[in-house]
Amino acid sequence: MENLEQFRAETREWLEASCPEDMRQPMRSDEDQCWGGRNWVFTSEGQKLWLERMAAKGWTAPRWPTEYGGGGLSGSEAKILGEEMARIGARRPLSSFGLDMLGPALLLYATEEQKQQYIPDIINGKIRWCQGYSEPNAGSDLASLRTKAEDMGDHYLINGSKVWTSYADKADWIFCLVRTDFDCPKHEGISFLLFDMTSEGVSTKPIKLISGTSPFCETFFDNVQVPKAQLVGTLNKGWEIAKYLLTHERAMIGGFGLAGGGMKGMGQMAAAKRGTKDGRLRDASLRSEASSFEIDEMAFGLTIERITDETKAGQGTGASSSILKMYGTELNKLRQELFMAIGATDALNFDTDSKGALVRSWLRSKANSIEGGTTEVQLNIIAKRILGLPA
Amino acid sequence: MVMILSEEQQLLKDSAKAFLSESAPISALRAMRDAGEDHMPELWTKMSEMGWPGIVIPDAYSGLEFGYVGAGVVLEEMGRTLALSPFLSSAVVAASLINQLGSEQQKERYLPGIASGELTAVLAADETGYFDLSSIETTASASGDGYVLSGNKRGVIDGHNADLLLVVTGGNDGMSVFAVERGAAGVSCETRLIVDSQCAADITLDNVMVSGDALLGSLGGASEAMEFTIDVAAACSAAEMLGISIETFERTVGYLKEREQFGSKIGTFQGLQHRAAQLFAEIEVSKSAVLAALQALDANSGKRSVLASMAKAKCSKVVRNATEEGVQMHGGIGMTDEFDIGFFMKRAAVCRQAYGDYHFHADRFATLRGY
Repeated sequence: MENLEQFRAETREWLEASCPEDMRQPMRSDEDQCWGGRNWVFTSEGQKLWLERMAAKGWTAPRWPTEYGGGGLSGSEAKILGEEMARIGARRPLSSFGLDMLGPALLLYATEEQKQQYIPDIINGKIRWCQGYSEPNAGSDLASLRTKAEDMGDHYLINGSKVWTSYADKADWIFCLVRTDFDCPKHEGISFLLFDMTSEGVSTKPIKLISGTSPFCETFFDNVQVPKAQLVGTLNKGWEIAKYLLTHERAMIGGFGLAGGGMKGMGQMAAAKRGTKDGRLRDASLRSEASSFEIDEMAFGLTIERITDETKAGQGTGASSSILKMYGTELNKLRQELFMAIGATDALNFDTDSKGALVRSWLRSKANSIEGGTTEVQLNIIAKRILGLPA
Repeated sequence: MVMILSEEQQLLKDSAKAFLSESAPISALRAMRDAGEDHMPELWTKMSEMGWPGIVIPDAYSGLEFGYVGAGVVLEEMGRTLALSPFLSSAVVAASLINQLGSEQQKERYLPGIASGELTAVLAADETGYFDLSSIETTASASGDGYVLSGNKRGVIDGHNADLLLVVTGGNDGMSVFAVERGAAGVSCETRLIVDSQCAADITLDNVMVSGDALLGSLGGASEAMEFTIDVAAACSAAEMLGISIETFERTVGYLKEREQFGSKIGTFQGLQHRAAQLFAEIEVSKSAVLAALQALDANSGKRSVLASMAKAKCSKVVRNATEEGVQMHGGIGMTDEFDIGFFMKRAAVCRQAYGDYHFHADRFATLRGY
């Protein structure tokens, strides 16, 4: 306990000294996130310094082993770091699919050589990763994917296409599910490959969404050569890695259900916009909706804490990521609906500058319950894996 | 705060579960009802022998000083078997109020008795039927060395069986609490049967004379202690509702795996699977709400009231959903008196109203959050 208090004191002091002022302001939009990568242009000197300082301590990945550049913190220490960052409103130094999805899978399934090669560049934000999972005919039924990897002796030859590849046009490398065996049940012929997006034969095409933005791409592979050393895990056993990684993706997307750090609560936001009477939000119906939402939001945040603590204590249930994903994304959609209700007609503004951010973010949120496995897929998983309901 | 139970808390929960499934199964409630009774005195004696009534009472007053998380885990298990007892009303709520407000002498006088289970006390606050404590009209007028109390209290569950009433008075001086013997001259109880087979008492206080030391704390000085007591009642009643939700849900999922229609187990139907999965997630979320609220009581943290109202509001909604789905998914048999699932819906209806319903606590939550 004494050690933890000391850790807290030291962390607080270090954060105070190291977190630049502009990295303590709430993010105004997705544009304020730092994604890193070869082509990243820092939006400010503060953003650059913050990433460098945090990465040097391994605190972009606080719990990963120090031998690959991680922070090596215990669960309790990582929780303290999170609390201390929240205390000063510090932004996350690096948003990254490498951190949230690929890294945990590499730590579990990759060879020592692969870990040495890939993990440090995830932690320091040098390489930006994208995820090659969904295909035009493999959405909710992901395991029916058909992108082909042929064994050419010293390399694999990749042909096919992916869709809904988040930021494929901005990413440096891809972690990709490919079919390496067509003559077996669909889950058993899938492999997990890593390759450079600048490889010959890779092309991307952004998909314009209803929000007017293009966070997703179509990604095409035309005779792409991938060295065999870039296969992770066992050939044809990639589905296991894919599922493990999905649990991390779902936990990440479920985190959208949390209230943003440093932001006003929904009810206070509504009160600021609509006014109060005798200290109560003037619009009684909106007040009760805001209260109902905040109650769920708070209980959900506590559930993430509880599940984290249970997992640490070895009491976790395996399918909790499905609960968090389903609940968190539905909650975020409701949050965006309430933002729109509070913003009212002003919120309809579709300008490309910050005035249109609200409506775009509302439209974007509709994908939350689709991406990473739809709400219905999560409900299937809960029903079958946790409740044991018959197929 | 780490959101897992300590080893001692887990042990208490396990032993409560074992005891209650043995000594207070649903069949005991059914037998009580069928015999035309409205409470279970023998069960209370057994609970008292195990020391449960002293769980939240400080050691100094012969309690176990085990805290609100401890009370909550027991209540969760009570919710699972629908055990009827004055545990929540007397040993948790009333004891907390006395402990908050009473003088050393008053605590000495009442708490050891409550801790042993020999004395039962009950909060007599509400006069509206919807827990509106801002409109309390019961008055206390000074008279000689004591006071004269007059007013009407509504819907005090099990109030006619309690030994001691904690009567809340209002008026311009603010809220005060008096410990009044139920048998005192001028106190009368009219009971009515309520849906879960208990009785609620409407209590009339007609010029009831009490001595000066019946006043707990100072005249008009009970507001803060009442807020704490509402938090206790809300969080702990949420724990009981959580138990009802879990048990109803488990029984319902069990039925989905058994019952066949159209040549298949009905649990294979996605229309039912998804609703069950949704409910499971809601119950998981309400577990966290309850634990956080109970821990905040033990820590007396600044977020105590927000968390308590959050938990009561959340669990009220979830238990409604769980019991409704419980009956619906059982189909016709769920509507029969012969089958047990309806008992859960009935108790849930009472718990949802107790100490402020969803609307009361959602409103309180919003006020506490500054809107």
